[in-house]
Amino acid sequence: MSRPELVAPPEIYYGDIEAKKYTKNTRNQQIQADMTYRALELLNLPPDEPAFLLDIGCGSGLSGEILDEEGYIWTGVDIAPSMLEVALEREVEGDLFLQDIGQGFGFRPGSFDGAISISVLQWLLNAETSHPTSSPPHRLARFFTTLHSSLRNPSRAVFQFYPSSDDQIQLITSIAQKAGFGGGIVVDYPNSKKARKVFLCLYVGGGGGSQQQLPEGLDGEEVDDSKVRFERRRERETAKQGKRGNVKDKHWILKKKELYRKRGKESVPRDSKFTGRKRRPVF
Amino acid sequence: MVRLITHNLLACHAKGCTTNNFPLEFKDVQVVLRESEFNPEFLRGFMPKIEWPALLGAARELGDTSLPDQLPEMLDDDFLKALHHVLLEIHVEEGIMICPNCQHNYPILNGIPNMLLAEHEIA
Ligand SMILES: C[S@@+](CC[C@H](N)C(=O)[O-])C[C@H]1O[C@@H](n2cnc3c(N)ncnc32)[C@H](O)[C@@H]1O
Ligand SMILES: [Zn+2]
Repeated sequence: MSRPELVAPPEIYYGDIEAKKYTKNTRNQQIQADMTYRALELLNLPPDEPAFLLDIGCGSGLSGEILDEEGYIWTGVDIAPSMLEVALEREVEGDLFLQDIGQGFGFRPGSFDGAISISVLQWLLNAETSHPTSSPPHRLARFFTTLHSSLRNPSRAVFQFYPSSDDQIQLITSIAQKAGFGGGIVVDYPNSKKARKVFLCLYVGGGGGSQQQLPEGLDGEEVDDSKVRFERRRERETAKQGKRGNVKDKHWILKKKELYRKRGKESVPRDSKFTGRKRRPVF
Repeated sequence: MVRLITHNLLACHAKGCTTNNFPLEFKDVQVVLRESEFNPEFLRGFMPKIEWPALLGAARELGDTSLPDQLPEMLDDDFLKALHHVLLEIHVEEGIMICPNCQHNYPILNGIPNMLLAEHEIA
């Protein structure tokens, strides 16, 4: 099977049908969830400090749902409207932006405490988008430079991606370095054809944490915790059933709050007559 | 789902637009309120990132007058609750964000701002 990024521009490839198919596929859900957990681990955020994160190429929210679950507040950007639409349907908590990361960000300096990006970076190397673009190196430079400034010092950005050659890895890391990032490549299960995963771990400043060294890639026996994750996700799916499609109306909010309370979350706002009420702006 | 937490971080990223490009001005907006979990630790951590006058202006533009003119020195619960509401519970669903410098329009559809630039606007 040929790589998606060689087939068509991302916002075309992830059209309505593929966006739904991609998101519904339980194997995809599991892989993206696992890689998101691993990216969070590599992000090495200070424990017990709530963080504000950027999800680069958030797609339909498979990675973002894990951020929600872990209690992060986040913003997601993606170039494919159909993927974002599915994310809306799935009622992820993050703010979503339709954005081509190759055009760069406008976020103010130090906006985010960290960034993750799951299965996206290879798109910047390969397919053109149907929007006006320039060469991949130019787009990568614009992307990394504006990302660097929108991250706080110290912090990290962790990208899981699918490079197709060492030259691509070389190109990406050298452009990231020129943009001011430290860090490098971490490979999990380098000797397993199936489990091998490539992570680009970029540091702003010292990257946070005590060591400035790159973390070790995982190796040896693969831990099979897929079952646990799968069950967690099923719970999530069940919780969602029956309310798909409707906007976050009062009914939805009440259900979600009930769910949070059931899960033992504290300080769920009490219900009031204002819950989910539409308000006209005042000028 | 543009909330003021992200609006407060967002400047125009069009080519050559580097000064006076923040905050983006709202126009023709429709707003929805959605309660969310109050998290005082998050708010305390986020405080240093806030551009206060921009937040104050945007909140008042959207009809919320609960924030004080100046950042208070004491971050008591009442203040944090008002801040929580303004940053995280007011969702702009439709409308336009306009750059005060280059006048670029960023339309918001279904809660999602379109940040795509035309060819001549890409840096
Ligand atoms: C394999 S999906 C991953 C989505 C999500 N991170 C997940 O874990 O499910 C790759 C995503 O990258 C997005 N993408 C590709 N090129 C992009 C670009 N230039 N700017 C923003 N997003 C892009 C695609 O639209 C797609 O949603
Ligand atoms: Zn501008």
